[in-house]
Amino acid sequence: MSVVSEGFSGRRGRDPRLPPGQYDVGGSFPVLTAEATPNVTQETWTFRVDGEVETPTTWDWAGVHALPGSAYEGDIHCVTTWSKLGTSFSGVSLDVLLEQVGVRPSATHVLAWASSGYTTNLPLADVTGGRAWLVWEHEGRPLSAEHGGPVRMLVPHLYFWKSTKWVAGLRLLDHDEPGFWERNGYHERGEPWAEQRYAGD
Amino acid sequence: MTDSADGTGLPALPVLDSPRRRVPPTGAKRSWQTGTVLEVRRETPHAATYRVQLEQWQPHLPGQNYLVRLTAPDGYRAQRSYSAASPPEDAGVVELTVDRLPDGEVSGYLHDHVRPGSPLEVRGPFGGWFVWRGDRPALLVGGGSGVVPLACVLRSRAARLATGATPAPVHLVAAARTRAELLYADELTGPFAEDTTVVLSREDDAGPGRPGRPAGRLRAEDLLPHAERLGALTTGDDGADVFLCGSTPFTTAAERLLRELGVPADAIRVERFGPS
Repeated sequence: MSVVSEGFSGRRGRDPRLPPGQYDVGGSFPVLTAEATPNVTQETWTFRVDGEVETPTTWDWAGVHALPGSAYEGDIHCVTTWSKLGTSFSGVSLDVLLEQVGVRPSATHVLAWASSGYTTNLPLADVTGGRAWLVWEHEGRPLSAEHGGPVRMLVPHLYFWKSTKWVAGLRLLDHDEPGFWERNGYHERGEPWAEQRYAGD
Repeated sequence: MTDSADGTGLPALPVLDSPRRRVPPTGAKRSWQTGTVLEVRRETPHAATYRVQLEQWQPHLPGQNYLVRLTAPDGYRAQRSYSAASPPEDAGVVELTVDRLPDGEVSGYLHDHVRPGSPLEVRGPFGGWFVWRGDRPALLVGGGSGVVPLACVLRSRAARLATGATPAPVHLVAAARTRAELLYADELTGPFAEDTTVVLSREDDAGPGRPGRPAGRLRAEDLLPHAERLGALTTGDDGADVFLCGSTPFTTAAERLLRELGVPADAIRVERFGPS
């Protein structure tokens, strides 16, 4: 039972696209990182899918661009309570990459990782079925380094810490294994509409 | 590439928070609770500190934060997180310093409506990464309200020294536009002066017994002597940690300077503040 904050009305005209506890950040795009921005370029970036797959595979910049492209248009939600509505990213659907490596039936989860050592865990079902991407363009422009460029992951139906910046690989696992923020107090899954912010929420 | 130790034959993944840098989980339950504001202190023209008494208080680590939640009569809620400014040695309370942001939904309400005696819903402490435990030397670099969690480090260290403990050395480089906008200015240039370098971007700064510093943004020479002395240029487990906190432009610029000075990337922990 929470107390009513006397005199508080909040911003009026709340957008129905906002999950509970989130606010609309408008045209800005806040930057949140835990670590120093690594020096990753289009020339040095690679992406490896390994673990519970038939054919572990590494792509480079040209390699992912040779794949059929895919775009996301919609909203993103950061656990620190901002949401960015009606934005867009383009890149390639993770489904395309996973189809090429051949996912073993034993795979249940993935651990996405960046060259900085950042990791995040997701159920396999959250990165398949058209729900996750590798992206290198934001609103028509190359993704900047502070936003995870040259290539980041995009899993827009979960809080944005799951959308690994400077993503370098995806390891498919036959078990769940907590990633960086999941070890450091945040929720295992991070579903914005259920407000799964912190461990135990 | 090295093989993993777990026998899967897969190459080991890089790890950001190696076990030596991890905070063991306390397992403590952190539910929403209604605290009572004991005191409101004006810090700068745009910032105030709220001292909140908590019934379910638990000691935080310097760097950790609390959520503050506001509820409108129709049930609408807004929440933001604020770093603890008071040290954990100040038991039973937490102080949160809040910068008033332009059109700030929560910060505006706190500044305009919250007074001593007001109830305030909070939840915490949270954060297992941007935390100082006291066992490793640390260079602290903060800009604007990014000084808050770093002042908490200095306060906690002073409290530990006062009890005869021997916490590791730290140094704070605190940046603000002007002296009037520098948080905790009297404290940082008074009792903590030896452990603090003040960087003012828009004012020349000189005080009694201190060499002057011409106005300007953070420069390499503001950081280098302290980075060297504390061991922040050392690679590997023996090096100092660097805690960097502030707006995105500030942390981006500071990070570039630190890397140019030779601070290893994996020594730097970042917390970005601002209208996020």
